[in-house]
Amino acid sequence: MTDPLSPPPKKNPQVRTVSPTRPPEARSRAALGLSAAAAEGRFALQHCDECGKVQYPPRDACSGCLSTELRWKDTDAKGTLLAETTIHTSTKLYFRERTPWRTGSVQLDAGPVIICHLHGDCVRNGRVDIINRLDRSGQAVLLALPSQRSPHMEDDPQLRAMTSDPKHRRILITDARNPNTSEIARALSDAGASMIFVGLSETWRPSPTLDALSAMDKVDVLPLDVTDTHSVQKLAGAIGGKTDILINNARFLRPGGVLARSDTSFAKEEMEVNYFGLMRLAQSFGPVMASRTADGVNASVAWVNILSVHALSSQPEFGCFSASNAAARSLSQSLRAEFRASGLRVMNLYCGPTEDEWYQPLPPPKVTPQAVARTLVTGLQNGLEETYCGDVAKDVFERFRDNPLILERETTLAGDGA
Amino acid sequence: MRQSYDGVVLCAPFTTAYQRYSIETAHWWIARALKGSLDLAGLRPSEIDGFTVSSFTLFPDTAVGLTQHLGLSPRWLDHIPMGGASGVVALRRATRAVQSGDADIVACVAGDTNHIDSFRLMLSSFSRFASDASYPYGYGGPNANFALLTDRYMQEFGATREDFGKICVAQRQNALSNPGAVMKKPLTLEQYLAAKPISDPIALFDCVMPCAGSEAFLVMSEEEAAKRALPYARISGAIERHNAHAEDPIQLRGGWSVDIDELWDMAGCAPVDMDLVQTYDDYPVISAMQIEDLGFCPKGEAPSFLRDKDMTIKGDFPHNTSGGQLSAGQAGAAGGFIGLVEAIRQVTGQAGPTQVAGASSALVSGFGMINYDRGVCSAAAVITGGAR
Repeated sequence: MTDPLSPPPKKNPQVRTVSPTRPPEARSRAALGLSAAAAEGRFALQHCDECGKVQYPPRDACSGCLSTELRWKDTDAKGTLLAETTIHTSTKLYFRERTPWRTGSVQLDAGPVIICHLHGDCVRNGRVDIINRLDRSGQAVLLALPSQRSPHMEDDPQLRAMTSDPKHRRILITDARNPNTSEIARALSDAGASMIFVGLSETWRPSPTLDALSAMDKVDVLPLDVTDTHSVQKLAGAIGGKTDILINNARFLRPGGVLARSDTSFAKEEMEVNYFGLMRLAQSFGPVMASRTADGVNASVAWVNILSVHALSSQPEFGCFSASNAAARSLSQSLRAEFRASGLRVMNLYCGPTEDEWYQPLPPPKVTPQAVARTLVTGLQNGLEETYCGDVAKDVFERFRDNPLILERETTLAGDGA
Repeated sequence: MRQSYDGVVLCAPFTTAYQRYSIETAHWWIARALKGSLDLAGLRPSEIDGFTVSSFTLFPDTAVGLTQHLGLSPRWLDHIPMGGASGVVALRRATRAVQSGDADIVACVAGDTNHIDSFRLMLSSFSRFASDASYPYGYGGPNANFALLTDRYMQEFGATREDFGKICVAQRQNALSNPGAVMKKPLTLEQYLAAKPISDPIALFDCVMPCAGSEAFLVMSEEEAAKRALPYARISGAIERHNAHAEDPIQLRGGWSVDIDELWDMAGCAPVDMDLVQTYDDYPVISAMQIEDLGFCPKGEAPSFLRDKDMTIKGDFPHNTSGGQLSAGQAGAAGGFIGLVEAIRQVTGQAGPTQVAGASSALVSGFGMINYDRGVCSAAAVITGGAR
């Protein structure tokens, strides 16, 4: 049975903060297919198109028939633990600092035998479920969980090392004025977050969510204007060293493409909040968060951007807003690369149209604040890098993955009536 | 039946004394062993026309770069990257080269250096499957792979830590007679059982000590050896197999079990005729497996078979007489030669302090390359003493 995780003691400033170390990052190009699946929390293996043989480790040719037509497919994740070991010493610093560390050999029902990390509650010859997760190097690793849920199983140290679980963590949500903020704060609180900071811009201006937020335990509303470098730096100076997860939900949204507007003033506002806001936050909070990724139970762990799914491909009715989100998405990829050496994870949560005033002219389905909060917390608990909230976002992403040029045409048809 | 290895012999076995760490390079260690072997045979470098090399730390060079580096001009050249199977594989290839006339005298050499941290760096790029699918799992080497294998072997066959300890303790006893061994202190079963855990059920004395070292021998026709009055060993039979039993979920048998009948048929003798056995011993479980797969006892019975045996030099089942890798040290690819070079010394009566009295037949077995979850290469040879 897993020992429940205790809240961490207050940080002793005289004790050295443990330097971040990482598990091995190098992978073949074929193996990156597993990491791409882990970024979305899927367990996928290569299947041979010709003979159907399931492959592992990832290959360039089928070990059954030499076909080079191997396709990543979601795969039955059940198996049996054949052998196990507890590692007490390793040549790799990351593991050396975390021993004892359990690994095992699992016979998958789907065919291959895999070497994987072992949840503490797995027993020899017992049934297990394999999950595919990103480790702190940002690469996929397989982890066996007991097939029956066990008490406090999410607190297993090896599992927690692969995820961004909010439990016992201190979290900054950047924009109190976003209609989704109270639901996100509530969901994080329910998931065990120890402290929730919420940024509020223009504090003199009334905010409809403020009362609900202030009434919540563990919530602290602080001044933050992501369009003001000084304001961002000031808050980072105050709480940057105790921000374990940062959730950037600041958004400036107006309808319209290029020709629907007569000048660039809204577009500038969109870029100030949606793009430069992210950059300001990253420049102020990023370095200190990246230095604290090995800092015990509440080490810094994740950076979350809430973006429109039209960051992937423009929605002309909101063409300029889409462009600012595309810019933010591109910046998030750079940030992900820059954080990689520290193990700090960047998760992008892509939304379809949300249930609020700015999307009023669009038909349903729309995304509720509760759905955003749920997707966000689950994404953190599963250590994802990419997650999609709502039917529209999932639909757009499926089409994007299938063929981005077709998607662009589908969303930009002028209609025969014109 | 395959063509025999008759008419070709092994001579001039040379071992460069191992060192825990070395500031020298693989090139240096290989040169030392090559020179040592040639000196034993009274040959100049220009007199060999065939050359095989096995090494992990020679990068960016291969056998090719070494020809120019060492001033050799062979007409037959091979690079054998098969780790623990390299010795027997080199023997097989070189013998066929001499039989066919492609070369007259082949020098087979293996050597590696060991710098501070070079072992860790080597592990991180050992194979594509290892970097994709085993190194990220805490491994830092084959310790955990062999722990899984040992765990399963113990479950399946009821082997105990004491059974593996017996192998390690006997080898340490043998190493004490080998001045070139890295390990110089006696080891008791109590110390073995109480050792620091490494990766359960494997503890400190189940693991080899990475070190620097090199090994070499020469392959030539029997007439050539006789003309030069060199002691030599004949090859009665040899086998090699790669990626056998790929569908076994965990490696509880090696490729030897595929080819064992052919080995003994070719050799015209049986396991009981062997005066000594040199197994590849990076972990004791794999020695136990070789003893089974090579026909000394049925599968799973090595522990009980060995319980009644004395595996020391003076015992009734001399095994890894120079101390093996477990006690002499694992000098990289030279670990694939240690048993073979020692066996040539043994059956030609040149083993000195580790000599098994009256030894004339030996089984040598090799095992190599934990590519992902198991050793892929296996090989074995039976050699017998020729002229002394």
